[in-house]
Amino acid sequence: MLNFFKRKKYPEFWQKHIDTVKNCKKYANYENIRFVALDTETTGFDYENDRILCIGAVAIQNNRILVSDSFEVYIKQDVFNKETVKIHGIRKNGTEIKVSEEEALIAFLDYLDDAIIIAHHTKFDMTMINNALKRLNVGPIQSKQLDTNYIHKKIATEDRFKKLFSLDELCEIYNVKKHDRHTALGDALITAYIFLKLTFKYKKNNVLNLTELINTNYYLNK
Amino acid sequence: MKNTIAERIFDFLKNFPPFDLLEKEQLFKIASHVKVIYIEKNDFVFKQAEYPHENFYIVKDGAIGLYRTMDSDQILVDICDEGDIFGLRPLVQNDQYLMSAKANEESILYAISVEILKEIINSNEKVKKYIIASFSSNIKTPYARTNPGNLFANIDNLENDNTFSEVQTAQYSKNPIFCSKETTIKEAALIMSEKKVGSILIVEDQKPIGIITDKDLRTKIATGLISIEKKVSEIMSSPVITFSEKITIAEAQIAMIKHKITHLCITKNGTPNAELTGILSEHDIVVLHGNNPSVLIKELTRAKEVATLKYVREKTSNLLKGYIEQNIPIAFISKIIAEINDAITIKAIELSLAEMETAPPVKFGWLALGSQGRKEQLLITDQDNALIFEDVSKEDYKKTKAYFLQLSEKITIKLNTVGYEFCPADMMASNPKWCLSLSEWKQQFNTWITKPTEEAIMMCTIFFDYNFVYGDKELVHKLTKSIFKSVQSFEIFLNLLGKNALKNPSPLGFFRQFLVEHDGEHKDQFDLKSRALMPLIDAARLLTLSHNIKDKNNTIARFNKLVKIEPQNKDLYLSCADSFKILLHYRTEQGLKYNNSGRYIALNTLSKSDKLKLKGCFKSINDIQDLIKIRFSLSLIGL
Repeated sequence: MLNFFKRKKYPEFWQKHIDTVKNCKKYANYENIRFVALDTETTGFDYENDRILCIGAVAIQNNRILVSDSFEVYIKQDVFNKETVKIHGIRKNGTEIKVSEEEALIAFLDYLDDAIIIAHHTKFDMTMINNALKRLNVGPIQSKQLDTNYIHKKIATEDRFKKLFSLDELCEIYNVKKHDRHTALGDALITAYIFLKLTFKYKKNNVLNLTELINTNYYLNK
Repeated sequence: MKNTIAERIFDFLKNFPPFDLLEKEQLFKIASHVKVIYIEKNDFVFKQAEYPHENFYIVKDGAIGLYRTMDSDQILVDICDEGDIFGLRPLVQNDQYLMSAKANEESILYAISVEILKEIINSNEKVKKYIIASFSSNIKTPYARTNPGNLFANIDNLENDNTFSEVQTAQYSKNPIFCSKETTIKEAALIMSEKKVGSILIVEDQKPIGIITDKDLRTKIATGLISIEKKVSEIMSSPVITFSEKITIAEAQIAMIKHKITHLCITKNGTPNAELTGILSEHDIVVLHGNNPSVLIKELTRAKEVATLKYVREKTSNLLKGYIEQNIPIAFISKIIAEINDAITIKAIELSLAEMETAPPVKFGWLALGSQGRKEQLLITDQDNALIFEDVSKEDYKKTKAYFLQLSEKITIKLNTVGYEFCPADMMASNPKWCLSLSEWKQQFNTWITKPTEEAIMMCTIFFDYNFVYGDKELVHKLTKSIFKSVQSFEIFLNLLGKNALKNPSPLGFFRQFLVEHDGEHKDQFDLKSRALMPLIDAARLLTLSHNIKDKNNTIARFNKLVKIEPQNKDLYLSCADSFKILLHYRTEQGLKYNNSGRYIALNTLSKSDKLKLKGCFKSINDIQDLIKIRFSLSLIGL
């Protein structure tokens, strides 16, 4: 009863997100699947107290990164951590046009559409986004999620016992040039490159389908 | 909205033509619609005969090979690396691809919408020109004719062997003499006599309808068959054979042989129904076909003073310029220039001999050394030469040597006047050290070979490339024999020569690491001679010497000979020969352009295609140096 009541109260953008993901019929045919490689820049690593500064994302479909289908949004801040400015370079009153957290999330969900999310250490970015959604009384994100770290672990069996690979390490392994590292869209693009290379490698020994890819990722998409 | 990726792509594209010609907004539009593609080694972007994609491609990272399949062979037409565009076929016509594009290494490509570019082309004339030119200018075959407007000229060229005549566009006479068909034969003959031509065209509405040649007058008029008062239309040959203005010599010759004619009409579009623009006669072709150098050599043989030699040498520079501009194969050019260089030297010797009070006391031989000895001296450089004379008795030695030194001095002064400056290191026959009797020369070489100090090795690299120019050939043969005997009896010499051949490492990493001169006048410049040409020259010398080949002094000839001796290394040697040709051509071009030795290249003057050409050459240097390293066990003996 309580669930039913709650659902009725969902704001339009969130209802739309739920419906889009639920009704998507593309997942069976790999070439039709739209992936969205994303990265967030945050004020820090505390899930509760830190905030998202920027979301960057770029779409991948049929092994192509679609530059025209990309997303970049900067969020106005109440919380500010000057330590991480060194990393992402986003100042509190920088020149980027900033929107409120709510506007940013609505725009992002609209952009995300029915895509599968691909990120590096996806759990971090998704938790940040989900916590932000929680502040709007919605969430968590319904989309299926992939993590370049886990796809790599599946392929690179020799490194099985290493738990985490940094984005920089994967850049080294897969020979991806590190341009615009530590900007959300820059890291999203790097993640997209790595994803393309991973799926090429993956294809050699496995049939490329979504279920298999998702299964590389044992803690997300439970 | 801000788009960091599009900005980065914008920044990348703006460095490469034709994108650098675009307006900022145009380029940003392109950049924000790019699709980024990752492709694994040996995967295809598209295959020959496949229907065209909606995009063309620019290489972001990696390298894409363009292959054309003919019969069952896959021929590499071109390699595209960072910044190169390919797959433009859909831009031209919606037809199948003419080549396959395959990743030679893992690559990242930007796919750019053809539709967007089409829009831009229509509003930007410069971009349009570049796109057209990028089809016709070919990077892989540097001698390819530049033929703007002819799309995919690179494929045409692939099917041709570029010999001298084929690459050259025929020069035709642009003011053809003509008359109407109502003209009488007599009037026509008068016009021909007045204009001193052997043919006259008959024109109607500016279109050529017939031709009369001297031969027609001879066979039809002078024999009394037809009256001179008749109209020209009675005796003219009709129809005429027409060609477009772009006719090459080869095409012209074939047409003349095929139709058994001596004149071709040139019309605006090559058809008989277009406006007449010129006439090309058999004589024009004879003039073009290397007549100029033979005229020069004729002039040399008739020369009575040094001033004539100087004049001919200056003419030769013009000839060279023309050859380079016309992309005539360097092997052909160097042969001609070497002939002229030798002819000048011979004349300088003859003139000097005439000035001597007595005839030479004994037989002697004049040797050209270094680049002239290898017949690779295209630009005028300083002179390197030596003299060898017959052995004489002890008491006559001093007198004999004095005679030849005096002679040599006269010769070198004359050569200097002609423009071959004195050798700064004094490697000239006028130096007592390099004006020696046969046994002295044998001894000298033997010392260099058996006591190979660093200096001795360097001397060998200069003196081993000697070429007999004048005098008694037998003397030189004897010397050559003796040298090879010394080399064989002292094998480590070859290893030392091998070490010397590797002293300039291959500049393969040049464009990434900027392997350029670090100090002095030529700071920030690339030393083409010592970094690129010398390694190949040294390698060729070493390898032919190790095979005991005596009569090959020219680097290209040496590599060609090596191909025959070691068929297993055929590809390597051929690529070395090709690289050498390209580099020599390039150096000559640079030298002519900047009026210097062409030795140093300023990095910022290099175009994208120059860079690619050079890079391809450096690969060969790298490979041949690897071979030398292994063959002469240079790493093992710790040299």
